[in-house]
Amino acid sequence: MQQVFKRPISLKDVQTHFCPGCHHGTIHRLVAEAMDEFGVQGRTIGVASVGCSVFLYGYFDIDVVEAPHGRAAAVATGVKRARPDSFVFTYQGDGDLAAIGTAEIIHAANRGEDITVVFVNNTTYGMTGGQMAPTTLVGQKTSTSPYGRNQHKDGAPIRMAELLAQLEGVAFSARVAVNSPRNIIDAKRQFKKAFRYQVEGKGFSFIEALSACPTNWGMNALAANERVGTEMADYFRLGVFKNTDNL
Amino acid sequence: MKRLFVKGNEAVAMAAIEAGCRYYFGYPITPQSDIPEYLSRELPHLNGEFIQAESEIASINMLLGASATGVRAMTSSSSPGISLKQEGISYMAGSELPGVIVNISRSGPGLGGIDASQSDYFQAVKGGGHGGYHIVVLAPSSVQEMYDLTMLAFDLADIYRMPAMVLADSVVGQMKEPLVPNKRPVADLPAKNWVVRGKGDGEQRVVKSLFLGDGELEAHNWKLHRKYQELKARECRWEAFQVDDADLLVAAFGSTARIAKTAITMAREEGLKVGLLRPITLFPFPEKAFLDATARTKKVLVIELNTGQMVEDVRLSVARDAEVGFYGRPPGAGSLPTPEELLEQIKRTIEV
Ligand SMILES: Cc1ncc(C[n+]2csc(CCOP(=O)(O)OP(=O)(O)O)c2C)c(N)n1
Ligand code: SF4
Repeated sequence: MQQVFKRPISLKDVQTHFCPGCHHGTIHRLVAEAMDEFGVQGRTIGVASVGCSVFLYGYFDIDVVEAPHGRAAAVATGVKRARPDSFVFTYQGDGDLAAIGTAEIIHAANRGEDITVVFVNNTTYGMTGGQMAPTTLVGQKTSTSPYGRNQHKDGAPIRMAELLAQLEGVAFSARVAVNSPRNIIDAKRQFKKAFRYQVEGKGFSFIEALSACPTNWGMNALAANERVGTEMADYFRLGVFKNTDNL
Repeated sequence: MKRLFVKGNEAVAMAAIEAGCRYYFGYPITPQSDIPEYLSRELPHLNGEFIQAESEIASINMLLGASATGVRAMTSSSSPGISLKQEGISYMAGSELPGVIVNISRSGPGLGGIDASQSDYFQAVKGGGHGGYHIVVLAPSSVQEMYDLTMLAFDLADIYRMPAMVLADSVVGQMKEPLVPNKRPVADLPAKNWVVRGKGDGEQRVVKSLFLGDGELEAHNWKLHRKYQELKARECRWEAFQVDDADLLVAAFGSTARIAKTAITMAREEGLKVGLLRPITLFPFPEKAFLDATARTKKVLVIELNTGQMVEDVRLSVARDAEVGFYGRPPGAGSLPTPEELLEQIKRTIEV
């Protein structure tokens, strides 16, 4: 019998701790598939961030360094400069990357570090219980924006994929979603491209994945999944914002 | 061996290279910028990497990442920048990562000034970040020691798997003195079988400071604690200058110890029996050296360029019946004490 579906070898055979309906698990799988695709598992050093994905090393069968909150891109810079032969990626939430770690991500991108950044945008701080994030949509209620995000006071949500695409050092920047089979297939293609940039030594690649957080959105899994494709994708447009080598 | 005439900061940079450090991450700040300037010139010729980072926060985290791969790496800064590095230093201590941090400290608090200062003593030796940890702290008082202790910092960091700091100030960093650029000492270094390198067909390796399992973090902290005890037992270093017959023991470190030494020599010329005990390792603090010295000499005068920090460790270390006095001035422009000023304090302490 032909096997048509199996666990990527870069993923461990364990259950994740993610809530039902959370997209972190799907995004983990796409990262693992991309690693398998290029056969880089054995030379990969992952950089974990602080957030719901902090247990990266529990799920990926790769070497991992845990970074302080927001500093993953700086840690990855140190790793990659010291071991240029390794494949280095960070995996960061929106609080981690777009709030506390803004300086680190912008400058790693601007230096064109030869790393891949996986950015998980779920419009909230998942791990700490659903506070307002820099990506929280205007009007969205969170535990620290109980009346809804107010653009005049809190600013508008930051579109990181577009913002980083403007920097000379960035070779690839895209935004994907994993809320439907169709979007997952496309996301898989974009993850492959993002990884290929580093595999071929072509510079900094950034991939933003819209992600559901049913727990902190106060929704069931289906409604949360639905929100990703509607409200979120309306503001955070899916697409490729930079692809310097037309991979 | 050849002799050079160099600045203390340059000696640090030269020693880092001799110690095999090829990775430097930093952010400009006076009075330590000679270090990144030197290394930005030299490292590219040695197959190394120099990054002027966007901040001290980024540079300490680059150090964390590079150290996790097993290479020797360094960052340097001065007080306000060292404050920003504390988060990363705490993570490095928790993750048991080596790495050398140089603090050519200046006066504070806040922006303070750029003058020589010893007001970062507490921050350096008591664990400047969160979580209750220690790092190795070495306090050079000459250009030669800037060189030798920087090399030692790399070795101690590797042996004990923890960050090591060289703590000096602009007096030692900016002055020029003769330097014998010694070869890197042969040290018995443990194999780095914990570094991330890409697992290949081997076991996964993880460098982390998060321990959530029942009892895991407690066990980890006991392990760190044992390491600090081991350092105290094995690695204390100090200089004893004319202490054997002394009626008064002066305790000072770094730049202040230089001035104190001159004052002591002046006192000896006047027939006063004064000696100097100069801690070279601030952590581990040479507790036993103080206990032993005060078995005989019952008067101690601690002199610092601050309003009293190391004096607390001296008080905890001396024999019970020893009297510990203090003389110091808060750092700032014009506050560097003169030898005459210290001689005056020595005389006063002997008289009472
Ligand atoms: C310096 C610091 N500040 C705050 C925190 C608390 N904290 C832990 S995770 C987190 C944010 C997590 O949100 P995000 O990055 O969006 O990831 P998610 O959990 O949603 O995947 C915060 C603020 C911390 N660990 N360290
Ligand atoms: S809190 Fe949100 S982001 Fe975190 S695991 Fe649960 S659903 Fe996922």
